[in-house]
Amino acid sequence: MTELLIREGTPDSSGTAPGSSVALPTPPTRRERLRRLPRFLGHRPGLVVASLVVLLVLVAAFAPGVLAPGDPNVGVVADKLRAPSGAHWFGTDYLGRDVYTRVVHGASLSLQATVIAVAVALVVGGLLGLLAGFVGRWVDEALMRVVDVLLSIPAILLSLALITALGYGTIKVAIAVGVASVANFARVMRAETMRIRRSTYVEAARSVGTRWYVTLWRHVLPNAAGPVLVLAVLEFGLAILAVSSLSFLGYGAPPPAPEWGSLIAEGRNYLATSWWLCAMPGLTIAATVLSVNRISRALDGEWSRAR
Amino acid sequence: MIRYLARRVATAVGVLWAAYTVTFVVLYLLPGDPITTMAGGGLDGEPLTPEAIEALKVRYGLDQPLVVQYGHRLGEALSGDLGTSIQNGQDVRTAILEALPPTLQIAVGGLLVAVVLGGGLALAATSTSLRWLRQLLMALPSLAVSLPVFWVGLMLVQIFAFGLHWLPSVGASGFSALVLPSTTLGLPMGALIAQVLAKSLTTVLEEPYVQTARAKGVGRAAIHLRHALQNAAIPALTVLGYVAGNLLAGTVVVETVFTRPGLGRLTVQAVGVQDIPLVQGIVLFAALVFVGVNLVVDLIYPVLDPRIAKGVPATS
Repeated sequence: MTELLIREGTPDSSGTAPGSSVALPTPPTRRERLRRLPRFLGHRPGLVVASLVVLLVLVAAFAPGVLAPGDPNVGVVADKLRAPSGAHWFGTDYLGRDVYTRVVHGASLSLQATVIAVAVALVVGGLLGLLAGFVGRWVDEALMRVVDVLLSIPAILLSLALITALGYGTIKVAIAVGVASVANFARVMRAETMRIRRSTYVEAARSVGTRWYVTLWRHVLPNAAGPVLVLAVLEFGLAILAVSSLSFLGYGAPPPAPEWGSLIAEGRNYLATSWWLCAMPGLTIAATVLSVNRISRALDGEWSRAR
Repeated sequence: MIRYLARRVATAVGVLWAAYTVTFVVLYLLPGDPITTMAGGGLDGEPLTPEAIEALKVRYGLDQPLVVQYGHRLGEALSGDLGTSIQNGQDVRTAILEALPPTLQIAVGGLLVAVVLGGGLALAATSTSLRWLRQLLMALPSLAVSLPVFWVGLMLVQIFAFGLHWLPSVGASGFSALVLPSTTLGLPMGALIAQVLAKSLTTVLEEPYVQTARAKGVGRAAIHLRHALQNAAIPALTVLGYVAGNLLAGTVVVETVFTRPGLGRLTVQAVGVQDIPLVQGIVLFAALVFVGVNLVVDLIYPVLDPRIAKGVPATS
């Protein structure tokens, strides 16, 4: 469902038939690919902007001091609730703290949670899918029923149930979000594994006596990984949204620490007078998610289609 | 038809049972015991004595082995008893039913917004012959799903309540208080409907029978609304089942943003005090709604496309 959401609406995704490679062309050399890159990006200014945004967010997450040298938790009370200006790009909050600095420093916590969430979903879902697709029979049947059930509980409620049991905190929120999206990964991984399991080279590997775990590791996994990794990038965008929602509801890091969702929750009390407190962190989230989605679309075969 | 129906109902019951099991595993097996939370002085500030803790455990059946607890609670759940809230001793089913009406209001409103916006957008995008306009319209849904729902709600409040003074910002009184929450809730769902419907409309409009109709001289609008829409609606209907389940989940955020009473608020409160029976009840209720709506959708399919009930593989 979510895949559909992001992929539709791309003008370049329709009308090109996949799998039209009956006569395999020789794979392009590195130099050829490098030469193609400027033209490919030149036709896609949105992709360039998206990459820049993601790059900035990554810098903010790992080295926030580069983008915002100030302390996110220290403010000048005399400067409280100032509108965005040259001195304070995103304005200041009720304690005079610079919102831009807080958003930049918040990237690290929010992104940390997102990465953990996607990693949990990828590993657990991937393993379940691999097992279901490779073993087949009743194992497949049983695992897929579990997946069906996970899909029948709305993701945010499943996350909330997990938070009830686990408690509050950035990491716990991340795990809750990750478990809630295990089902998507399991389904894609299973479909890929089943497709590859029937292919000729797996049959060949088996017929020469390769052990099953070697087949799985050397032949099935590398070839099944592509679509799953594309899904991971896509889920990354969704996980940012889910993590920030839960942080907005107050289940994330405790107050003084900046988190994108809780920044918006704080700003909510000043909505009538100070619009920037909510608007700026929200726009940051939106820009990040849009950029991640754009990149996931690009990874999903846009390069190979654009010949 | 009877066999089709029976199979659907059996699947639905199976999913519900499994949902119960999943929530039980999550809530009762993981660390974090409600009695310990209460013993820490959660309710009246007085830490409980060990004897009182034991008494509470016996009262809620938490002293028994998990398998026994599971069987016991499942039996109760089957007879419609979801237990009592740990927070205030209220019956979980009553608590849910009491919180339901205001939530239903915005859920129905949200569904309306989603269908009107999504359907309208899909029809507009597929009927325009201007390429740039079509691309612009179809870019809107992927934009809409990239925005955090709570932020969209707050921005709507900012603009329409505080800026223009058209609508109230919070509260649950009257029709005008429904507009902003319903819009917030419906937007992402509308985006989903728009994408699915536009995709299937595009496919259907290339079918030979549409060409025939066009050759006969049927007008554009008539082809769109009478010939294409009926067949294109089937995939959109599938999405509708998904949408209905998620509307309920969406109220968690929306009711918090707009400070409305309802099931979403109840959920947030229950999670806040680790009220395990209440959380389980709500999750189960959401699964019930999801399964129920999908069952209804499954029953509507054969009406729209008679091939489905007869077991003929339908063209997607």
